Amino acid sequence: MSVSEYQWSKPAAMAIPAEGYIELQRGRYGPVFPRTPACYGFSIIAKVKPGREAAIREYGKVIEGAIAATPDLLAPLRLHYLRWVLFDVGGGLHFQYQGIFDTDFDKYTEDAIKLFTQSGVTTVFTNLEGFPEDWQTNPDAFIKFVREHQCPSFLEYGEYPYVTADEIKKALRLKAAFSDMLDQMQ
Amino acid sequence: MLDLDNIQHILLTRTPAMTGRYEFLSFDNPSAGRAWLSELVDKAQSAADVRRTMDSSDRWVTLAFTWNGLRALGVPDDSLATFPDEFREGMVARADILGDTGSNHPDNWVGGLADDDLHAIAILFARDDAEHRRCTAVHADLIARCPGVRTLSYLDLNATPPFNYAHDHFGFRDRLSQPVIEGSGEDPTPGSGGPLKAGEFILGYPDEEGSIANLPQPEELSRNGSYMAYRRLQEHVGLFRSYLAEHADTPEAQELLAAKFMGRWRSGAPLVLAPEHDDPELGADPMRNNDFNYKEMDPFGYAVPLGSHARRLNPRDTAVNMNRRRMIRRGATYGEALPEGADDDGVDRGIAAFIICASLVRQFEFAQNVWINDRNFHELGNERDPICGTQDGTLEYKIPKRPIRKVLKGLPAFTTLTGGAYFFLPGLNGLRYLARTP
Repeated sequence: MSVSEYQWSKPAAMAIPAEGYIELQRGRYGPVFPRTPACYGFSIIAKVKPGREAAIREYGKVIEGAIAATPDLLAPLRLHYLRWVLFDVGGGLHFQYQGIFDTDFDKYTEDAIKLFTQSGVTTVFTNLEGFPEDWQTNPDAFIKFVREHQCPSFLEYGEYPYVTADEIKKALRLKAAFSDMLDQMQ
Repeated sequence: MLDLDNIQHILLTRTPAMTGRYEFLSFDNPSAGRAWLSELVDKAQSAADVRRTMDSSDRWVTLAFTWNGLRALGVPDDSLATFPDEFREGMVARADILGDTGSNHPDNWVGGLADDDLHAIAILFARDDAEHRRCTAVHADLIARCPGVRTLSYLDLNATPPFNYAHDHFGFRDRLSQPVIEGSGEDPTPGSGGPLKAGEFILGYPDEEGSIANLPQPEELSRNGSYMAYRRLQEHVGLFRSYLAEHADTPEAQELLAAKFMGRWRSGAPLVLAPEHDDPELGADPMRNNDFNYKEMDPFGYAVPLGSHARRLNPRDTAVNMNRRRMIRRGATYGEALPEGADDDGVDRGIAAFIICASLVRQFEFAQNVWINDRNFHELGNERDPICGTQDGTLEYKIPKRPIRKVLKGLPAFTTLTGGAYFFLPGLNGLRYLARTP
């Protein structure tokens, strides 16, 4: 197979209907959001409780420190990227939690919630309106909050579509190994 | 403290039954169902009872109900509404989530198990054939005395030879990796992890998160109860053997290929500890046969392929949150054994198992949806569990091997699901409540 025949070599875009999926596929907790050229992902958007902006921004440093101390802390989420954004377009301050990852969120919902709890991500959510007060003992309510605040993309694009973070890391490791091999042959 | 006098024994004990029958029942009206149940309440043994009488008993009775069955017994609507969604919907309605599609679809199930009028199961295990005949005759008499109670179907169970250890029709040793419940008095074998909080398996007790979750109302009905996912899995023994013969040259290579699918040799010896040759002594030794991990001992799957049955159903240290995913397995084999070397005879044979857990959606459905049927488990791309995953001949199976891995394309289905149901397994307190609910 020549390089041009691989799926990743051909940029791709996918338009997604308003409901967030093209074909309904049921997961354990609701419809499965599709894998797109930009992998799996979510964009959770929720309104911030009044006066909580500083508390949320502080979490940026908390998570930074946690990852520095334990680099594989979020490994089970199979992430590519996380982006946390605070914005106000007139309707009050909102928080956007955008993640791009390699596994259907619904499949691993409980694991993700447990990890959020361990890493302190969950507690940043307590600054958001509508977040269940009893989240520590009520995982179902947490799952409901996430699904209700998920805003599905209507377009996703991938320059190197459908490539997982593991595959990227494997390719980079291979490149490093080759480079090492060439050094050894000098 | 576990209320051992009120927990049905199947949750905590393995009995020395060699035979038995599952009776699948329907109640035409609540009073008929309650009349049947009233006579059986005292026959269903608690964990404490079975432990006391293990040597002197010859039969063991377990009773459980579908959500439709609870309704048919007259449980009030406000109580029925407190049971979790997945149990209320039932296994048939969850077929697409579970991967029960194609030939595994409920449309093809046998014994009326896909019908709404499946209400209850009576699990009648017996020490020997004579006791089996006696128990089923006594139960038939009881049904005859309870007009309005109907037997939809039954399945006779029998151990498969050789009888000195439990194994399925493919020949794989069973009962190797079972979780131990804290306070049950049992000790986990080496490598099996610590005892787990009772709430992972029994309703009304703290779970691994420390909370008492998902307790349907009234508590008298739900406390000491659990949920059972029933799966009747037909094993295509002739196909399995001929596949091995077609893809491996020697008997030794065939045994190794079978082990590569399972993650263990048929003897039970784990491939991690015995990667090249079988070690039956290791397989039979509970102090050694579960004492291994994957992350350090076999990270790339050179011993146990990443997609093998054992590695999917118990990823050990390569998955997070494992203590929230464990399940208790019970059950038996059914159908006559296919003699070694014989051609496939078309006889229906397989395993009829119960997966017992406190949360069907978090434990059983997760295992089914993710571990067994996620095509991309461990980045495998297009595989499912080679033994019990949904196979339609389009998927493959990769066996890591130096220098180049072996890829088996177009894997056939070695098993077919021919029945299933979600049951609520009440405690004895719950059985008494159901017997008298007005």
